[in-house]
Amino acid sequence: MSPKAYLLLEDGAWFPGTTRRSIAPISGEAVFTTNLTGYQEVFSDPSYLGQIVVMTAPMIGNYGINAEDLESDKPQVSGVVVRELARSYSNWRATGSLDDWLAERGIPILEQVDTRKLTRHIRSCGAMRAIMAEGAEPSDAVNRLLADSPPMEGLDLASRATAPGERTVGTPDAKYHVVAYDFGMKANILRVLTELGCRVTVVPSHTPAARITELEPHGLFLSNGPGDPAAVQYVIPEIRRLAESGLPTFGICLGHQLLGLAFGAETVKLPYGHHGGNHPVRDLSDGRVLITSQNHGFAVRGSTKEVPGAKSLEVTHLNLNDDTVEGLQHLELPTFGVQYHPEASPGPHDARGHFRQFVQALDSQ
Amino acid sequence: MPKRTDIESILLVGSGPIVIGQGAEFDYSGTQAVKALREEGYRVILVNSNPATIMTDPELADRTYIEPVTPAWVAKVIERERPDALLPTMGGQTALNVAIALHDDGTLERYGVELIGASARAIRMAEDRKAFAEAMTRIGLSMPRGELVRSFDEALATVETTGFPAIIRPSFTLGGTGGGVAYNRPEFEGVVKRALELSPVSTALVEQSVIGWKEFELEVMRDGRDNVVIVCSIENLDPMGVHTGDSITVAPAMTLTDREYQEMRDAAIAIIREIGVEAGGCNIQFAVDPATGEQLVIEMNPRVSRSSALASKATGFPIARIGAKLAVGLTLDELPNDITRTTPASFEPVLDYVVVKCPRFAFEKFPTADTRLTTQMKSVGESMAIGRTFKEAFQKGIRALEIDRPGWVLGVRLADDGLESEGVEELRAALRQPTPERIYQVKRAIMAGLATDEIAALTHIDPWFLGQLAELVEAENEYRLAREVDPERLRGMKRLGFSDCQLAGLRGETETEVRHRRWQWEIHPSYKMVDTCAGEFPSATPYLYSCYEDENESEALGQDGVVILGSGPNRIGQGVEFDYCCVRAGLALRQLGLRTIMINSNPETVSTDFDISDKLYFEPLTLEDVLEIVRLERPRGVIVQLGGQTPLKLAKGLEAAGVPILGTSPEAIDQAEDRKRFGELTRRLGVPQPANGTATDVESAIRIAEEIGYPILVRPSYVLGGRAMEIVYDAASLRSYFGTATRASPEHPVLIDSFLEDAFEADVDAISDGTRCVIGGVMQHIEDAGIHSGDSACVVPCYLVDDVAVEVMREHTRAFARALGVVGLINVQFAVKDDVVYVLEVNPRGSRTVPFISKATGVPMAALAAAVMVGRTLDESGVPDEVQIPYVAVKEAVFPFNKLPGVDTVLGPEMRSTGEVMGIADSFGMAFAKAQTAADADLPLSGTLVVTVNDPDKPTALPIVRRFHEMGFRIVATDGTARYLKARGIPTETVLKVHEGRPNVNDMITSGKVDLLINTPLGKLTQWDDYSMRRTALQNAVPYTTTMSAASAACDAILALRSREGTVRCLQEWYEVSGIGRLGGPLAFGQIAT
Repeated sequence: MSPKAYLLLEDGAWFPGTTRRSIAPISGEAVFTTNLTGYQEVFSDPSYLGQIVVMTAPMIGNYGINAEDLESDKPQVSGVVVRELARSYSNWRATGSLDDWLAERGIPILEQVDTRKLTRHIRSCGAMRAIMAEGAEPSDAVNRLLADSPPMEGLDLASRATAPGERTVGTPDAKYHVVAYDFGMKANILRVLTELGCRVTVVPSHTPAARITELEPHGLFLSNGPGDPAAVQYVIPEIRRLAESGLPTFGICLGHQLLGLAFGAETVKLPYGHHGGNHPVRDLSDGRVLITSQNHGFAVRGSTKEVPGAKSLEVTHLNLNDDTVEGLQHLELPTFGVQYHPEASPGPHDARGHFRQFVQALDSQ
Repeated sequence: MPKRTDIESILLVGSGPIVIGQGAEFDYSGTQAVKALREEGYRVILVNSNPATIMTDPELADRTYIEPVTPAWVAKVIERERPDALLPTMGGQTALNVAIALHDDGTLERYGVELIGASARAIRMAEDRKAFAEAMTRIGLSMPRGELVRSFDEALATVETTGFPAIIRPSFTLGGTGGGVAYNRPEFEGVVKRALELSPVSTALVEQSVIGWKEFELEVMRDGRDNVVIVCSIENLDPMGVHTGDSITVAPAMTLTDREYQEMRDAAIAIIREIGVEAGGCNIQFAVDPATGEQLVIEMNPRVSRSSALASKATGFPIARIGAKLAVGLTLDELPNDITRTTPASFEPVLDYVVVKCPRFAFEKFPTADTRLTTQMKSVGESMAIGRTFKEAFQKGIRALEIDRPGWVLGVRLADDGLESEGVEELRAALRQPTPERIYQVKRAIMAGLATDEIAALTHIDPWFLGQLAELVEAENEYRLAREVDPERLRGMKRLGFSDCQLAGLRGETETEVRHRRWQWEIHPSYKMVDTCAGEFPSATPYLYSCYEDENESEALGQDGVVILGSGPNRIGQGVEFDYCCVRAGLALRQLGLRTIMINSNPETVSTDFDISDKLYFEPLTLEDVLEIVRLERPRGVIVQLGGQTPLKLAKGLEAAGVPILGTSPEAIDQAEDRKRFGELTRRLGVPQPANGTATDVESAIRIAEEIGYPILVRPSYVLGGRAMEIVYDAASLRSYFGTATRASPEHPVLIDSFLEDAFEADVDAISDGTRCVIGGVMQHIEDAGIHSGDSACVVPCYLVDDVAVEVMREHTRAFARALGVVGLINVQFAVKDDVVYVLEVNPRGSRTVPFISKATGVPMAALAAAVMVGRTLDESGVPDEVQIPYVAVKEAVFPFNKLPGVDTVLGPEMRSTGEVMGIADSFGMAFAKAQTAADADLPLSGTLVVTVNDPDKPTALPIVRRFHEMGFRIVATDGTARYLKARGIPTETVLKVHEGRPNVNDMITSGKVDLLINTPLGKLTQWDDYSMRRTALQNAVPYTTTMSAASAACDAILALRSREGTVRCLQEWYEVSGIGRLGGPLAFGQIAT
């Protein structure tokens, strides 16, 4: 029989399971995602840095892992909780098992958990700090470790997730040059941008506006990333300066939140976030609904009437489940952002058009 | 967009009778659609010939036409009702075909009827292989290579390029009827020719085989604003080459990466847009090459389907209901998610459980049928199970099939698993060929130590699934060999879906012992909700499944709750009729202020729609599963008498466990089922019974038979649908019966009755409240005694039995109800011979004929029975005495013979029909004619009649043939019959029998020169000649009868059709005529809120 292990939440609720390998206690924010497919993308998505991800889909690992479906070079999550981890896998592209891949990076995986109970708990009590540890039940030591772990609010994880230095992706003769602020950027964003004819210079999150101007881009991209947007204060004025220079600017997820903050909006923590591939979003320009891939715990405050604090911004997209802001546009500047993930991976491709919208803005420069 | 105001009335076309490939799922879809449209304020006109449906209950639609679902008859309805629109997407292929025909012949345009949901253009593009292939090319998608062919020569040319094995699909047929796989040239010729014959447009597709590729389906919905959502993905465990209806299927897809899934999703969205399904749903099938991931589009159905019903049940997203609303202009974001009630329908359901559907076959009814599974569907029903993992759901799914396997267990005998010997070589060979037993052969292979890769190579089942199955075998071995079983180990096994019965078998215990210990250890299932959103939002709808987890989400209803046990997977003998009764009962109880709890495992049905009951448990109908629910719910009682044999079998066990059974006591049911006790009862009541006896072995059977005298009717006790029932004419046949058809034992005796030749049979359905007994109706069988009542056409009121005999049947029925203390429904079968009324059997429970008689008379029997069972008397419900209808209703059975090559079409005591239709008119002839047309046996008004009957039938045949002759039919007969007829003055031409040379009667049928065939075989000894002639008639769609009584009825019908144009009238009008329409009271039809 596998060793017993558990997930303990900061409100004292705990969820027993088992682990196949011995694990050291590991803390993080417990969130759930409802994606049915794409566990490899989820676990390698830097936006999940510092989080323990609960998969609501009960059977994980069925198709193994492969070399292509990575959103960064390694798993980024702190830990994984599943109902059942596959013992065997099958797919023509598979190069190994999920279990081994996570184990190589020391990422623990807790299985045989009543993940639905856990999900319902997070839904009603909110995303919160958690700790995963071995044993039949929580010990005092583990409780203390959890109490000492940092809360997600106010946590600048983008500085941890960002690339250490500048790098360029795409062919030198590409039609457009885009500078991308890397707050923990997913690999598929780069794939899509380069496919659309962009050469992308990826820069660390601390890069000043002046350096970016020096690079003479046609446009600025603000990537997704983990943590609290309000904690990434240092980059907010830089973004505003660059956008106000008329540089077409496009933000996704954390990038979208930073764009909002740059023009005076506020961000709030959602009770349990949006994590999944089935969220309906209304495009307010034509009323149509996009099924979107989402992964965020914070959102920009606003409604169809206004974006408090940011008179120059208007809301372009709304979430149909809870009416939260999903898209923003500057009233004068070629600047916009979306809270969801048009690059998908994992998730539906309905929102791919935003990348074309960005490229069109580059064209009109 | 708001709903359309430019249309007020909508015609909805149903799917007609239940046949293989088109089952109860269309009652589910149609019922949802009718309700959804009326909710929006539209006037709904319904046409469907199937009386055993909820949708044809008179309060569902505004106008309910039980008329044949054919272009001609639907046109009559259109002419009369002048609807603004026709919704063709809810009634399967039948409705689509009718809609297209009415579009093509100008009827729709002439009466200004608009097709909504799917346009004629979209339907045609999806159905026409060539147009569809061109559309796929336009959007850059690939299909298997292939060509549409019009002749065998064209087919040969095509197969040159596509190669063997080749897939052959006839155009425009149901469930792939007439399709198949050919591995070589001779096979190819046979399949192609049959396909061309069966296709209504005489074309078929010959295509590249993707046998062995992985098979997936997506359920897609699109609204008028071009919003598209994927409701569900389904993966088939059985690979391409096995019809999806015959495959074990799993939702959501298990083995696709996100990249592959999104590629498929993008393709599906592109397809629904390109085909132009403007507002509604469709099902799209894909094949995926396991070696390269290459995806091919297989087909698209621009309508609801069996898969969409499954997807609705699997996700909680009601596709038909939403589809109907989209068809009238509403958009997905305007509609609420009915499960959460707080989020919109414009989203994609996510599952935090696994759903497995298992097909249920009926080959035991058709011993000569080819059991190999191909692209032509052969299963007659299905179970669905929900678990937290594939392993759990899979085991529950098999246990829910009710095939004497309490999970994924091997058959008792090798033959049960389709094998003849223990050899591994035979096993390997068997694994290559998909059959219903293959999944058990896979278990034998794993147990024999074959490697997963080898099994995968033989079966093309994805290694992931095989890995899951191997884990089950491993768990079994560990459990079997464990020194002791502790609570943790037991719970671990329950989490893998093992039933108590299965676990008992592993350690040589009894099921009761295992359950007792499990309960001592307080290991019980918890129940989780199907909520469309994996727990992301609170859910308002208690749609539940069991699993062994920490948190239970089901709150007990307690004494307000009444449990209704459903009837499980559809099978021959236990079909949609029983689901109908369960649904009606549930609705009635809700109306009486009680709360209902439905337990069922059949995804096709209305009963498993989450808004039919207060709570729905999607669970196998086994004692273990039901006991656990009852333990939690502590209901007022359980209703077991409406779901057929499935819940009845559980009655004793439930009662023994102290569960209150509502209505007639299990003890009374036993008294009626137990031959000996029943014999005493009939003697006490003075009701004649055919001489009979009970045998526990062959010698005692022969003794009894000699006492009684041949012919005799033999059958096992406790069966439904005449399973293994035969008429035996001599001792040799009786010995052979014991050798092959049944294994008698003291626990399972064989019943022997004197067979009353040439008797009339009748069914009586009645309701009793313990004091008063009201006759629902006396239905006379049209076929002679000896044909199973489920297979016989029947008519109400009786037309050849005299009033005295009918009155005697009523009296006997009341006497039985009183003597047995029936509270609820009772069905009695009688035979009348030489003015003596014999009782054949008494069933103190809901019967197959309840929906028919309810619809014929307008008295909602099942609803009233439910009220009686909770203590409301018939007087309190305001039930009048038997309603005498001033019109005629005929029920006709529908058979699966054209789906099952190799099966004889002659009728007998073993039931083989899958469905039924009803004809209703002011005369017997017209009602019978409508029923025939509805059963797809359109009777000719003139032409050539071929007669070939056995000697005893010749005198009966004479007056019938004479009437045909007088109507101007050309009479042709085989030698003996021809001489007999000619000698009696009927001009008759002679045709050769098949063995006499050529051209013979089969050549005549094949060349289209026969319009009607009357053929009676001699007893059970079917001659090859007879058989091949009937099959030829079947394949060439020539109407035929195999009994003289049916021939006589056909003659009446043809006379009626020749004398005047058939007219249509809706049920609501018929009830006005009979006066039942004015019946008040809360349980009357028309009053029950749905």
